[in-house]
Amino acid sequence: MKRGDVSETPGEANETRLDAGRARGSADEERPGADAARGKVSVRCIVNGEAVVLHAYPLARLLDVLREELRLTGTKEGCGEGECGACSVILDGELVNSCLVPVAQVLGAEIKTVEGVADGERLHAVQQAMIECGGAQCGICTPGMVLAALSLLERNPRPTEADIREGLAGNLCRCTGYMKIFDAVVKAVASSQ
Amino acid sequence: MRAYLPAYELVVTRTLEDALALLRDEPGAWRPLAGGTDLMVLLEAGRLEHRKFFSVRQLAELRGIEESDGHVTIGALTTYTEVQRSRVLAREFPMLVRAAGETGGVAIQNRGTLGGNIANASPAADSPPALLAYGAEVELVSSRGSRWVAYADFHTGYKQTLMQPDELIARVRLPRPREGARHFYRKVGTRRAQAISKVCFAGLAELDGGVVREVRIALGSVAPVVLRCRRTEALLRGRRLDAESAGAALEEIAKEIAPIDDVRSTARYRARVARNLLAEFLAPPF
Repeated sequence: MKRGDVSETPGEANETRLDAGRARGSADEERPGADAARGKVSVRCIVNGEAVVLHAYPLARLLDVLREELRLTGTKEGCGEGECGACSVILDGELVNSCLVPVAQVLGAEIKTVEGVADGERLHAVQQAMIECGGAQCGICTPGMVLAALSLLERNPRPTEADIREGLAGNLCRCTGYMKIFDAVVKAVASSQ
Repeated sequence: MRAYLPAYELVVTRTLEDALALLRDEPGAWRPLAGGTDLMVLLEAGRLEHRKFFSVRQLAELRGIEESDGHVTIGALTTYTEVQRSRVLAREFPMLVRAAGETGGVAIQNRGTLGGNIANASPAADSPPALLAYGAEVELVSSRGSRWVAYADFHTGYKQTLMQPDELIARVRLPRPREGARHFYRKVGTRRAQAISKVCFAGLAELDGGVVREVRIALGSVAPVVLRCRRTEALLRGRRLDAESAGAALEEIAKEIAPIDDVRSTARYRARVARNLLAEFLAPPF
């Protein structure tokens, strides 16, 4: 799906043109986006391999849309300001804080949340190792930790301990003291070699 | 308190031309949103005062890193992650790469952009001291055309810049330093990842037989703007680098900076650390 592909919410009296470039050519609106258009927009994207259309205000946080519209509540909110990493998801192959991503920017994007990590009932090596090493306690940071670890291993399948610490530095945990989480990533690396 | 979302707009323009047309047609009404790592924080805190935004993230015209004989030119949308993956930047502009690696964590580095860091105009930002020490120039584009400005002149006061309401940051150009130059970058914060600086120092020096041929020194979090320390530089330029000239520079920099007490640190600590970092930058062996 190409970027720039957008459909407007049917039935909205006051629609926002998400793609000003395209709307520019339309006859009914000469200066797209210039009017006080304050409706929701529809954003097509792929979440955990499935094509979806999200309906939300354009500046809505991806975090809220995932949780409230798609009911994918595995993604957690911690700080809401990009410090803690609890809301981490993988967006077009890169780890991001979903609390800082406005939904209008995920047009045509591929998103992976923690719900898309396991293969059916079979857990990913990182998830399995988190259980075995006691890397999850209260569980709020765990989805973000799993996705940060996945993102690290994708780029660097054999990380050193320093690499692991750096890769997870944007994810805070108030329970484990981190060592069990680092152990889990080391174990996941070993188990997948 | 959370923001009231229906009050905000975010349009996604297809081309740079479309974005510049928005800026031209309603000067001051529209502002760019790139990676969102600053603006979305304000939104959630209910402190995002501006209402109308256009996304620049999808504009391919503002991406990429190019080399020419005298310069390396970096698109405004280049992320911290892309800065760290660039071979030419690692080889010739290590301070910028280090600044990128010490900004936020991986997830922030994947979204935050160099242009956004400049436009946000925080005096505590981490890449601007490196850009100042490298003598960066910034390209501002508008529907009227394009102009290059010295980055050292860009910030005119706290959160103030010389940009016109219809302009957008397009690229940053860095003159290639001489081989053998000293590059010294140090961010001092509470921890390595995620922390906002208490003091950030970047220095570049080119010496000819012990004499300072060129030197540029910049600091973050010690003034209302990221500060290029021109008076300290002037004291050193053309002089032999020794204990006497270094001592004079240490005295001058204390007068040139204007740190304050705030939640992250104190004026006294910042002044001391700034001096210590300058001393380390100027220490032998050169």
